[in-house]
Amino acid sequence: MKRDVFQAIADPTRRAIIALVAVQAMTPNAIAEHFDTSRQAVSKHLRILTECELVTPEQKGREIYYRLEIDKMKEIDKWIEQYRKIWEARFEQLGEVLEVMKTKHQEE
Amino acid sequence: MDFIVNKETKTVSITKQFDAPRDMVWDAYTKPELLDQWWAPKPFSSRTKVMEFREGGRRFYAMVSPEGQERWVLQQFKSITPKTNFKLFNAFADENETPQLPGSDWDLNFSEQNGMTTVHVSIYNESLERLERMIEMGFKEGTAAQLKNLEELLVSLSQSAGAK
Repeated sequence: MKRDVFQAIADPTRRAIIALVAVQAMTPNAIAEHFDTSRQAVSKHLRILTECELVTPEQKGREIYYRLEIDKMKEIDKWIEQYRKIWEARFEQLGEVLEVMKTKHQEE
Repeated sequence: MDFIVNKETKTVSITKQFDAPRDMVWDAYTKPELLDQWWAPKPFSSRTKVMEFREGGRRFYAMVSPEGQERWVLQQFKSITPKTNFKLFNAFADENETPQLPGSDWDLNFSEQNGMTTVHVSIYNESLERLERMIEMGFKEGTAAQLKNLEELLVSLSQSAGAK
């Protein structure tokens, strides 16, 4: 099943992880140091973020570094922007319909 | 227009003020012949097949692309406080009114002050992935159609600029 990217970023810990790896790619251990939760919990969050393609693991020597996929984050903003445009167009049209209704109402 | 996406509460809130009395705005939202004039963003058109505006009733309509492709939507009215508020459950559907879940819960509020009406729409998505899917499924063709028709594109651009 495809992961829900919005659910992935709805979680506060996962958002904090995104903020961390946005600055620089980090190992799971380095990420876990920033949280009170277990290393296991952090791994689970990283797995979800990876499945959503928001972060990518990269093997460097013995360590795995997670880095942010900035394009994927931009994609989310793009969807939201498109949805906003739909409502803008819709409301612009409603404004026009209301103008016509007002004119008709005055004529009556 | 205010447009706020709250990822924590999975809610999209849209607020807009109209220079018209509340009775008129309410009619534009609840009478199918008026709704169909503005509901679909151009170049799409809205075609309401069933409109039973009462608690437990439904609106069943199609978003029709310029090529004539229909995408059906079922809205079930959960509660109605005349001229003030109504709530509905919104879901894509097939042509036989079978909803495709998950859908979203809409809460629409209408208030008037000094002859101006404020509409506040709050849309709760069980899954915000729905938002992504909605745009992918419903409006991809729309964007292509707009590119084909420069005039339509310019109209929509000036509309979004005017709404800001």
